[in-house]
Amino acid sequence: MAYSEKVIDHYENPRNVGGFDKNDPSIATGMVGAPACGDVMKLQLKIDKNGIIEDAKFKTYGCGSAIASSSLVTEWVKGKSIDEASTISNMDIAEELALPPVKIHCSILAEDAIKAAVADYKSRQVEV
Amino acid sequence: MNYFELFNIPVSFDVDLSVLPQTYQQLQRLTHPDKFASGSEQEKLLAIQKNAQVNDAYSILKSPLSRAEYLLSLRGIDLKHEQQTIKDTAFLMQQMEWREELAEIAERTDPLDVLSSLEDEINQSIKSDLTKLRNFLESDHEMAEQNAANIIRQLKFSYKMLSEIELKEDVLSDF
Repeated sequence: MAYSEKVIDHYENPRNVGGFDKNDPSIATGMVGAPACGDVMKLQLKIDKNGIIEDAKFKTYGCGSAIASSSLVTEWVKGKSIDEASTISNMDIAEELALPPVKIHCSILAEDAIKAAVADYKSRQVEV
Repeated sequence: MNYFELFNIPVSFDVDLSVLPQTYQQLQRLTHPDKFASGSEQEKLLAIQKNAQVNDAYSILKSPLSRAEYLLSLRGIDLKHEQQTIKDTAFLMQQMEWREELAEIAERTDPLDVLSSLEDEINQSIKSDLTKLRNFLESDHEMAEQNAANIIRQLKFSYKMLSEIELKEDVLSDF
């Protein structure tokens, strides 16, 4: 299977790899996994007090498409509000990276990682 | 005819692995396309199909994970084509930690020892999951099938991890 140029670019030069301190109150952490392939993804968002995403980092163990999908969303979410970020759909990701049908689940993983991080952030806000 | 019936064994998670390879060889011989070389085109075609079915059945039945997945598919739960993600944080953290440990293993002074203890740890976890899986598959509790499906989803990560360890072992052993 041939990867698209954009996938290869993100795979070879992944953006924003790493993590933040998950106990920092401004950090939201989303962890998701895809049973179909055993890929695991962690997405962390640094959110300011107005609910704007200042920074994002990811760590993904999986195939090139999973890494590219998570690398791409860290670029996309920066500067967005958490509600805007929640509207990013797997189809947007799959289209941007020209993912073949068998790799659609990688884009679903990235979409769900954003949603999981936002849910984590909101659950923390309620506690405070 | 399902794969269990093809191998003439009960439809159950428990399979006698000492008998399975013998049945496989027997069925292989009976359906081998060479046997039908002088037969009609239709007989040849049937033999090829049957032979492929025997191979599929054997590869599904011999591994506990694919066997369990197949058992659930016979009960109408299809896990093979599902694309949903799992979000169990505690479980995923453990998987993440294992993968981080594996990724950094080359920097250790005794990588092969660390690798083998990591492998033991994952095998232990798989073993305990398989016991739980067996109980869920035998149970007629209304949640049993969903619980079995969840264990299967989790096992896929552990088996994937195990295969990554084997790859790493090959790489490290070359030094």
